[in-house]
Amino acid sequence: MNNSLIIGQYVPGDSIVHKLDPRTKITIIFFFVFIVFFANNVAGYGLLTVFALTCMFTSKVPIRFIIKGLTPVWFLIVFTFILHLFVTKEGTVILDFWVFEFYSGGVIQGFAISIRFFLLILVTSLLTLTTTPIEITDAIEDMLHPLKRFKFPVHELALMMSISLRFIPTLMQETDKISKAQASRGVDFRTGPIKERIKAIVPLLVPLFVSAFKRAEELAMAMEARGYQGGEGRSKLRELKIEKRDVFVLILFILVVAGLVLARIYG
Amino acid sequence: MDITFENVTYIYQQNTPFAHKAINDLSFQIKSGSFVAIIGHTGSGKSTLIQHLNGLAIPTEGKVSIGGYHLTKEEKPKDMKELRSKVGVVFQYPEHQLFEETVAKDIAFGPQNFGVSEAEIKTRIKEITPAVGLDETLLERSPFDLSGGQMRRVAIAGVLAVKPDVLVLDEPTAGLDPRGQKEIMDMFYKLHQEQELTTILVTHSMEDALKYADHVLILNKGTKYMEGSPEEVFSQKEALQRVQLDVPEMVQFLNEFQEKFGTAITFKKQSIKELAEAIQQQIKGAEST
Repeated sequence: MNNSLIIGQYVPGDSIVHKLDPRTKITIIFFFVFIVFFANNVAGYGLLTVFALTCMFTSKVPIRFIIKGLTPVWFLIVFTFILHLFVTKEGTVILDFWVFEFYSGGVIQGFAISIRFFLLILVTSLLTLTTTPIEITDAIEDMLHPLKRFKFPVHELALMMSISLRFIPTLMQETDKISKAQASRGVDFRTGPIKERIKAIVPLLVPLFVSAFKRAEELAMAMEARGYQGGEGRSKLRELKIEKRDVFVLILFILVVAGLVLARIYG
Repeated sequence: MDITFENVTYIYQQNTPFAHKAINDLSFQIKSGSFVAIIGHTGSGKSTLIQHLNGLAIPTEGKVSIGGYHLTKEEKPKDMKELRSKVGVVFQYPEHQLFEETVAKDIAFGPQNFGVSEAEIKTRIKEITPAVGLDETLLERSPFDLSGGQMRRVAIAGVLAVKPDVLVLDEPTAGLDPRGQKEIMDMFYKLHQEQELTTILVTHSMEDALKYADHVLILNKGTKYMEGSPEEVFSQKEALQRVQLDVPEMVQFLNEFQEKFGTAITFKKQSIKELAEAIQQQIKGAEST
């Protein structure tokens, strides 16, 4: 199993960040993504960083997990920083080295963009770290509800999402099982020339597809047998509810946005 | 090949909040050529244990030795493939591993990977097909057109075609009809005797363990709970029930018999016929006195 990819890896906990209504979290992150690009000075970036770090620490998710989640994008962050260093020609020359001239603007721009990247990824991975996929689906279904008026199949979409999410662990288990069975029959997935390794995937994929189709058919039959009918009139096991803490956090976020606007005007 | 576990511990997803100890300080020995049954409640670590036998799992702590191959955290055999050609594993629901276009190709897949020559593979297929109870006309059919029981036999043939020295069976008869169960277990037993295999059977069936095994290992929560000959282990009813296991029907019967008739027949792995004779003797003996 892939340990470096954190997306979809929920870390159980009972912090306030975990307990927030998923709609609150999604709303905040949606706007956070916009306002990150709104910041243009130290005060603004500082405010956003403090906000993101506060979220991180109150969530009590072990730092290890967050750092692990960031590893695939470190490269991107460092790369953009270096690119800005070389390409941006604003401000004063601070270092003249061989054929390169490094400008102060480049350093500042590089920092700004890197911090933006870092904040975006930190906040979005916090969402998946503290919210179960099923909660996210529920929230999306609820938030897309207005689209129903335009005959958009919101419920069906949400159902498809939750079914696929539900079966990711099952499929992973299945993959694990079949790859072990084939490894016992002498397939080598790890070493050998690339061509051989690609060929080794066939004995893994065929059984996986066969069982996935079988499973889909069985699920459809089981749903039909129990008279499944989505959409109108269907009640829910997990009712989403806005609590006091959601209001509190939303107000806090609005204050952060207001602070950012002030920082931009007077900064 | 002798198999030894020395203080083996295995932890899934170590250093995460999901860490889970599947095997805890487990030590035991399996002699070459023996038929060992491993029994335990769901989640007792049986499936994890068998993954150590061909290097699919490497112990987190401790040492596993299979013949001359040693598995520890630091030391792995250079040629894992060689080990895997010597230890054949029939996993639970092995029919899920079928993927080739024809039955013959699927059976040939294992030996091909281990570098067996085409001619040799052909003769092996010819030998194995009747041994697992498959009709030769099925060889050119797609494995996905077969019935569940036939698919199971094809998958088993695929493992046997490698000609392993150690055969590991993880609930090989789960989900088969009673006749199929008996046929397949008898087939394994015959192979075990003819080819002097070391066989390790993971099972929930006390009857199978009693009938085929000459050594029984009972696991509970990842540790060894009991070990010994079937006669020794299965006469300890209370100890078995403490870990949600039951004694075989035969032992149950003998206990009831003793309660009702006040006379005991010692349990020593009798066949049904031998048991009937023993009962006959008891009754006759009672009449004559």
